[in-house]
Parts: sequence; C-alpha cells; structure tokens
Amino acid sequence: MTVVSTQQDTERLTLTIVAELAAAPERVWDLWADPRQLERWWGPPTWPATFVEHDLVPGGRSHYVMTGPDGEQAHGWWEVLEVDPPRGLRFRDGFADETGAPNPELPTTTGRVELVGSADGTRMTVTTEFGTAEHMEQLAAMGMVEGMTSAMGQMDGLLVPA
Amino acid sequence: MVVREVLDADAADRVFGALADPTRRDIVSRVLDRPASVTALAERYAMSFAAVQRHVAVLERAGLVTKEAHGRERLVRGDVARLRAASQVLDRYEQVWRHRVRRMDEMLTEPQPPPATAPPGPAPRRRSPSHPRPQSQPHQEDTP
Repeated sequence: MTVVSTQQDTERLTLTIVAELAAAPERVWDLWADPRQLERWWGPPTWPATFVEHDLVPGGRSHYVMTGPDGEQAHGWWEVLEVDPPRGLRFRDGFADETGAPNPELPTTTGRVELVGSADGTRMTVTTEFGTAEHMEQLAAMGMVEGMTSAMGQMDGLLVPA
Repeated sequence: MVVREVLDADAADRVFGALADPTRRDIVSRVLDRPASVTALAERYAMSFAAVQRHVAVLERAGLVTKEAHGRERLVRGDVARLRAASQVLDRYEQVWRHRVRRMDEMLTEPQPPPATAPPGPAPRRRSPSHPRPQSQPHQEDTP
C-alpha cells in the first residue's frame, strides 16, 4: 500500500494524505506538471479528465474537463498559488463553465502538495483545505462521484450545475 | 442524496460551525473524555458563565453534546457518534485521494517507454482512461 497515512481534521476542515511513491521527486513532479500524465490519474476511469489548459507557474490557470459514462461533462479549474518544482505546489481547485471560467457558486478547495525525496523514492503529502463546512459537504458529495461509481446518477445535478 | 444519510446539509453546517470556534472545540474534547457541568467548564475559561453557557448551547444545537441530569447538576456529555458523522463526510473525500494515489502509483511502476530522443514537442496523445497496451509482462490484468 502506497498510502502511508491519512489525517482528517474535522475542526480545521482539512484532509491530509501521505503516500510513498517509488520514483524520484522529479518523476513524481511530472505527474503533476505534464497535463498528459496528470489527466491519467486526476479523474477516475469512469470520469476521465482532460486538461485543455495547464500552466504550473504562479498565477497560472488550468482548465480541465471530466467526462462521465453517458458523455456528461464537468469542467474544473485550477489557479496556481505557489510552485516550486520539483518540491511542491499550492493551488485552488474549483468548478468551471464550459469556457473554463470559475463558477463562483460552487465550492473551491486549496491543495498543497509536498514532494520530499525518501529512501524508496518520494514521500508525497497532499493537504486539501476546505473553505467552509458547506463546501466540504458539497465536495464530499462530489467525491462520491469520483470514488464510487454506483452513486453516479444521483450526482449529475451537482456536477453539472444548471 | 447519499451524503444526507450521514449528515444533512443543515446539520453539517451546525456541526462544523460549532467546531469552528476554539473554545467550543476545547469544550467538546473535554466532555468527550469526561462529562462536566457548565459550572465546572466555566471555571476553565477566562469568560463569563453566560458566555460558556452560550457555547454549550451552540454545541447542543449541533448535536455534538447532550445535557443530562445528574443529581442537582446537569452534565454536558460529548456525542461521539455525531463527531464520527462529521468525519464520515471527509471519508468520502479521502477515498478520492486514495484512488488518485493508486493511479499515480500504477503509472510510476508501469514499464517505462524507451527514453525520448525527439526534441520537445506535442507528445502523442494518450487516451484516458489509459488501458495499458499489452506488453511483454506476465500476469498483467487491466481490470475495470
């Protein structure tokens, strides 16, 4: 198991996952920086992601599309806050319209990624900060989509805002 | 909606709103260990009895603590199940990241393509989700 630990902080509304990966930080960094590699793991097989824009520089923006089993699409965006290759980055992640413009009515999270060289390769720590409890609740519902495909049908309304 | 089974949206707001305050977090952690009266709690904080009482009332509305009669006193007791429900919301999100890490790991351990010698340029587009092409590797299964 590559996941070393996870920590949920229901008081500070953060989720931290620590994983040990069998490759050097430079290689792991590519999984984040190269959109062709990033999209192979960001979305689940049932909702694959395509990054149509991806620019890991401070202030840089990404625009991705996740496509569901029935062809439905959910757009997302990143705003890169800090970037320090290959050691880490910090970015906001939210929902977008078809043009990639952020949807202000849907919640965002802030992700912090740290890559540290280790004996086995890289220790990766990803911390997700939720803005508010409501955001966390909404995102958890959307997390269901990614994590458990059986709930898919019920989540369409959330994923594709009217 | 599935999440509602855990904690409906209003309840979640009350729970996380209640936990947003450091004094209330402290109260919850104390009374989870050991039930205490409001009077006993009030002695621990540099604020009025009424202020502590208000904090306890917020926690009570969120279902994080209950008050129960104990002799002449009413004891504040933490509700473990309620806290666990809050945590279950994060469980769902944790699953997302566990799946992502697994996919990253699969990518890092798959057979490496020969080193690219071509100059930087548009890479051949891979289909997503990736179905690894058959390679000379035994026992590889591409299970959905």
